[in-house]
Amino acid sequence: MSRLFRSPSAGICIAVIGLLMMGLGIYRGEMAIVFEKAINICMECIGIG
Amino acid sequence: MVKRNINEWKRHRVQALWTLLTNSYLTGFLQGKIYRGNLKKICLPGLNCYSCPGAIGACPIGAMQAVIGSWNFKFAFYVAGFLMFVGAVTGRFVCGWLCPFGLIQDLLHKIPFPKKITTFPGDKPLRKLKYVVLVLFVILLPMFLVDILGQGAPYFCKFICPAGTLEGGLPLVLLNKSMHSAIGWLYAWKNLLLFVTIIISLFIYRPFCKYICPLGAIYSVFNPVSVFRYRVDKNKCTDCGACAKACKMQVNPAENANDLECIRCGACKKACPVKAIR
Repeated sequence: MSRLFRSPSAGICIAVIGLLMMGLGIYRGEMAIVFEKAINICMECIGIG
Repeated sequence: MVKRNINEWKRHRVQALWTLLTNSYLTGFLQGKIYRGNLKKICLPGLNCYSCPGAIGACPIGAMQAVIGSWNFKFAFYVAGFLMFVGAVTGRFVCGWLCPFGLIQDLLHKIPFPKKITTFPGDKPLRKLKYVVLVLFVILLPMFLVDILGQGAPYFCKFICPAGTLEGGLPLVLLNKSMHSAIGWLYAWKNLLLFVTIIISLFIYRPFCKYICPLGAIYSVFNPVSVFRYRVDKNKCTDCGACAKACKMQVNPAENANDLECIRCGACKKACPVKAIR
């Protein structure tokens, strides 16, 4: 098991899963939430909200 | 010793270049506004407040809280997938080379101080705190502590993040007179945290990264499995301890080259007299 995690293929598999998750998130419309939050001044982030 | 310093400045140049590139909306600094273009849909790999006037991308930790805290989504596939991808490819390389707040702490630690502390009692257990911050402030609180509309606040950004204060809070408040009247206890609290972080950074190397940063906590779990990672040639290694001595994160690469605390700065590689670390 530890040998599996030491091989580069484990990292590649996780990276691919990450890309698939990103795709799913974009498909679900999560990017719009990120965009909406990022283009408006986040009052909480700057300590005012 | 000289060689190690040369290596560090090369890394700092990359950090500075990346910081400038990802905060290149200079109009924002002049007008006290933030960039509102399409690039803000994309997360940046490092801790870079999206309310920084220059930021051209989204902070992954802020974005994650925004999605988890929204009324219609309770898991952030987009941001989690992005962090998984970056982590699986590079581990904590981002911490060492691409994080603006990491650069600031690196530079602060270069300022001469009577006594620099490398470790102290409780250092190791305190490093687990960043995982608590991640689970509690970035995931659980935005998910469950919600208003009547079912929306959770970005609790990490709101109560903890000193990067947001430095990169967003200070410049925006300085540049917008209308915000002066809105300053309250929260602004004072966040500035106090920033001040404490700055002071501690003078004598402890990267205290925020070691003990608090939830982004570092996420990337750290990928260190042992990432595609690009350190490998120690046991046939070459003489166990001289030069790598451990060079590491400012107090990792011993000869024992575990991909320790969760390793930020891939490359100091150990440069310090190795027999080039056993690749």
